[in-house]
Amino acid sequence: MDWQGQKLVEQLMQILLVISGVVALVVGYTTESFRTMMLIYAGGVVLTTLVTVPNWPFYNHHPLKWLDPSEAEKHPKPEVVSVASKKKFSKK
Amino acid sequence: MHTFGYRANALLTFAITALAFICAIASFSDKFSNQNPSAEIQILNINRFKKQSHGNDEVSLTLDISADLQSLFTWNTKQVFVFVAAEYETPKNFLNQVSLWDAIIPAKEDAKFRIQVSNKYRFIDQGQNLRGKEFNLTLHWHVMPKTGKMFADKIVMPGYSLPDAYR
Repeated sequence: MDWQGQKLVEQLMQILLVISGVVALVVGYTTESFRTMMLIYAGGVVLTTLVTVPNWPFYNHHPLKWLDPSEAEKHPKPEVVSVASKKKFSKK
Repeated sequence: MHTFGYRANALLTFAITALAFICAIASFSDKFSNQNPSAEIQILNINRFKKQSHGNDEVSLTLDISADLQSLFTWNTKQVFVFVAAEYETPKNFLNQVSLWDAIIPAKEDAKFRIQVSNKYRFIDQGQNLRGKEFNLTLHWHVMPKTGKMFADKIVMPGYSLPDAYR
């Protein structure tokens, strides 16, 4: 998930949960049923989970821009030089 | 919010916090209900009134209890616990309360009732003070909510008295 997606996820999660809570309270109070309130809220939590937790594609519309390879070539990684081979001095 | 686990944790925490808020508001909504319970108790008969072998007075009564506690039930009520207590004064104790009968009312439909019953729990004094004693019968109730604080109240009915001599 990219940065914009993460921000969207956080906002969506909070808004959806708060709305679930408010709707649950109002419906439960007017129908005088505690059970209804709990069921609506549980349904809201499940819905929010399905919308925000999996990594849906629409959270990836602003992918990160990595550096171009040409830019990276200008600054090559230093090569690791192997340990110098021993030169044998032949004795004559 | 970069991984699955991170998001699941954030969602769970926020959901449970919001649930706590919802329950607090539900409990607060109880304040807006108006309650007018009523009750009446008659003593139908005094079955036994004697002194026990180890010296304390004991009474056995038959009570006719009628009550309408339906207005105590709100959407946030789980059950109502109701009990009847006899209250009187003796030289030794300023206030004696003896529980005579209790019941659990699980739903609003059962809250309007009339029963005739002998005392469920024994009415025994600390001493021999009950002859001719005047006492109150008090109906107490505890409203137990589904979430929130339990509250209790009572109706005091004065004017009952026991006979002057043992039977």
